Amino acid sequence: MTYTPNGGSAPPGAGPPTMPAMPPQPGPPAAAPPAAPVAQPAPAGPGGPDPTPPRRTAWAEGVDQLRAAATTEPGRLRIIGAALALLLVAFGSMTAWQMTERSDAADNVLSSSQPLSADAALIYRSLATANTAASSGFLAGGQETAESRQEYERGINTAADRLINAAANSEPGSESAETITRLNKRLPEYKGLIERARSNNRQGYPLGGAYLRYANAKMQVMLKDAEDLYKMENQRLRSDYNAATPYPWIAIGAGVLAIGGLVWAQRRNYQRTNRVLNHGLVAATAASTVVLLWLVVGHSLARAGLNDSYDHGVRSLNVLNDARIASLKARGNETLTLVSRGAETKKVDGEVVDAYDNDYKIQMKDLSAKLAAAEDLADDSAGESPVKGATENMQVWQDRHKEARTADDSGDYQGALDRVIGSDDKKPTGQCFDNVDTDLEKALEHEQGEFEVAAEDGKGAMTGLPVGAAVLAVLGASGAVLGIGRRLSEYR
Amino acid sequence: MKARRVRAALKGWGGVGAMAVVLALTAVFALVLPLSQSRGDGSTGTGGQGVAEGAQTKAEDCTNPQDQSLAPSGEDGETIQDIRERGHLVVGVDQNSYRWGYRDPNSAKKTSELEGFDIDLAHAIAAEIFGDPDKIVFRAIPTNERIPAIQGDRVDMVIRTMTISCDRLKDVAFSSPYFQTGQQVLAPTTSDITGYDASLANKKICSADGSTAWENLDADKKSGKLAASADIKTTVPNQLDCLVRLQLGEVDAVVTDGALAASQAAQDPTVELKGEPFTTEYYGVAMKKEADDLVRRVNQVLVDYRKNGWQQSYDKWLEPSLGESAGPPPVKYQ
Repeated sequence: MTYTPNGGSAPPGAGPPTMPAMPPQPGPPAAAPPAAPVAQPAPAGPGGPDPTPPRRTAWAEGVDQLRAAATTEPGRLRIIGAALALLLVAFGSMTAWQMTERSDAADNVLSSSQPLSADAALIYRSLATANTAASSGFLAGGQETAESRQEYERGINTAADRLINAAANSEPGSESAETITRLNKRLPEYKGLIERARSNNRQGYPLGGAYLRYANAKMQVMLKDAEDLYKMENQRLRSDYNAATPYPWIAIGAGVLAIGGLVWAQRRNYQRTNRVLNHGLVAATAASTVVLLWLVVGHSLARAGLNDSYDHGVRSLNVLNDARIASLKARGNETLTLVSRGAETKKVDGEVVDAYDNDYKIQMKDLSAKLAAAEDLADDSAGESPVKGATENMQVWQDRHKEARTADDSGDYQGALDRVIGSDDKKPTGQCFDNVDTDLEKALEHEQGEFEVAAEDGKGAMTGLPVGAAVLAVLGASGAVLGIGRRLSEYR
Repeated sequence: MKARRVRAALKGWGGVGAMAVVLALTAVFALVLPLSQSRGDGSTGTGGQGVAEGAQTKAEDCTNPQDQSLAPSGEDGETIQDIRERGHLVVGVDQNSYRWGYRDPNSAKKTSELEGFDIDLAHAIAAEIFGDPDKIVFRAIPTNERIPAIQGDRVDMVIRTMTISCDRLKDVAFSSPYFQTGQQVLAPTTSDITGYDASLANKKICSADGSTAWENLDADKKSGKLAASADIKTTVPNQLDCLVRLQLGEVDAVVTDGALAASQAAQDPTVELKGEPFTTEYYGVAMKKEADDLVRRVNQVLVDYRKNGWQQSYDKWLEPSLGESAGPPPVKYQ
């Protein structure tokens, strides 16, 4: 059954009958071997007598052989089979590769960069809380209360705890690792200064206040670092999102190419043989269509989920974290205004104002802007109501703050103190700050939940895709080879 | 004598350094020599460091800056009227100077009132103007903000261990002196520093930004009186912050007024005053330059206060760390 349609292969006159004798083996091996078996006879023929071909490269020979093979239908079929198998395997591996990449990035978003970004925000918050607690404790006159001491301890402990976690998750040598190291180094220094402030305070020495100022100066540097860390972690989160959401164009392109190839092969088959269905090729087409659909739909779903988690989770979380930091800063400045008693001034629009009170105003403005933004971003009432609560509490805070300032400015320092850090019956602003903080915590919890659900959905949509694509692609490739092999066997 | 002083100034002592010399000389001769007009000495130099910078008016008659205040009077003027209308006196003070102006964290009063020698005087002035010692708002002011705070009308007066100096007289008016002190060195007991001398070579010295201590250090370093290897870069908002740096080992010595150095030593038994005071300075109440009526009024209060109040306040706050007092410094008016 070996035809030589034309004696095109001129040079070494490789006996047409020599080569097709071999490939009766069907199935997968046939896909790869065609080149190999053909290769042997060719050099065997001219091997000894002809000295001219030594210059020819393996590539040139391969091309020649392919050309030779292409002259026969079985040869052509082998090439088509090999090409189809290659396309399908390529499609499968591209899909597996690109989707693994995206799925890993999505996994990072969920299990690493978002928690780290939240941790960084928490580090900042805890440090600021501890510092505010320490200065309020001093402000209270006399010895600090058990409450403010506990708040201070809690802040320091949380910060230390989160720093360890952040250090474990940071890339060695990276900028954030350096920042974390610096923070880790300064935290005990800061604690040491506070302890000295306390012991001097106990003895009734104003030196305690001087230590507190020194500690506060150190904390301001630490807060700057913590803010940088928060920004860096947010960037990392953003870049993980950027790695997880783009369409896997290479895989999609490979899929389209593979399916196109299969369709063309079947059409050719039909035209040559008038047979409509080649089981192997149909199976291969079905498998690759499934993979392509899975890829597109799965990734679109994942993308939608991730984008949703960003728009409704991360953005809200960022705004809420910013709001919480602003309220903390405002509170810190409010107490420092009273601690410093006008010691620090600043020129604003040509007017000399209290530096801390000025900062308080700036932070309050920021807080109110951030709360408004959070309310806009909140997409359900469960997310909206704590933000509304925080806004209301902030307004009360501002009213009370005005009263406190009026009292201080008219010489009633004790009255101002009472309205800022006094007991609850004195209606202090501290109460409002606590309420704002509680509300924001509630809102943060809610948005964190939203984020996790959406991101989990997104990540879930990609589950199994890389493995599934690989398996199906191999199945498809086998189908294609089998299908072609079936046609090929007709030539025996 | 006059010729010698003029020559000293011309030799290129900084205005402040010259002032210190003048102060020292006057301290010795004030009682012997009748006060005469002497021109062109002291502060016409190139000093003008810190707060006085850019205010180089020719200060005449500046040999004894503590004797330049206006005669006392009980009359109400424009400034006092304004203060009365406001209803309280705004006084710039320190809240970190132990026994001068500070908050006792262990105070039994459970309030956050400031107390100390300077605070007593502030209350005495409020009592005289309003008949109520508590009609007062205290503003804590860092050392280098004392003059800007007065010029910017943020306070009516500053009672904050403020030395009356020729340079400062260009910017603000002072009351008659209410306390005499001198710059002194504070260092750990175990330190090899012996005083304001060669033992300060290679040492880090801390002073408050805008203080006379810093002005002296800077001038003396330029003139060579202080070893060039002495490092005076560390300046802090408040003299007490120097004790923090000293305890943390960031500096080796502190230079400040003896009265304040003693209050630092009172908070830390491991540091002590080294050597004798190397300047003579007087504390005064600083007010706005144009507020003549207020200056006269405060001087009037001081006349009474020296007789009744000063000694009690001294014994209460300062006697434990400074020892017995010979009483308030002598007073001369312009």
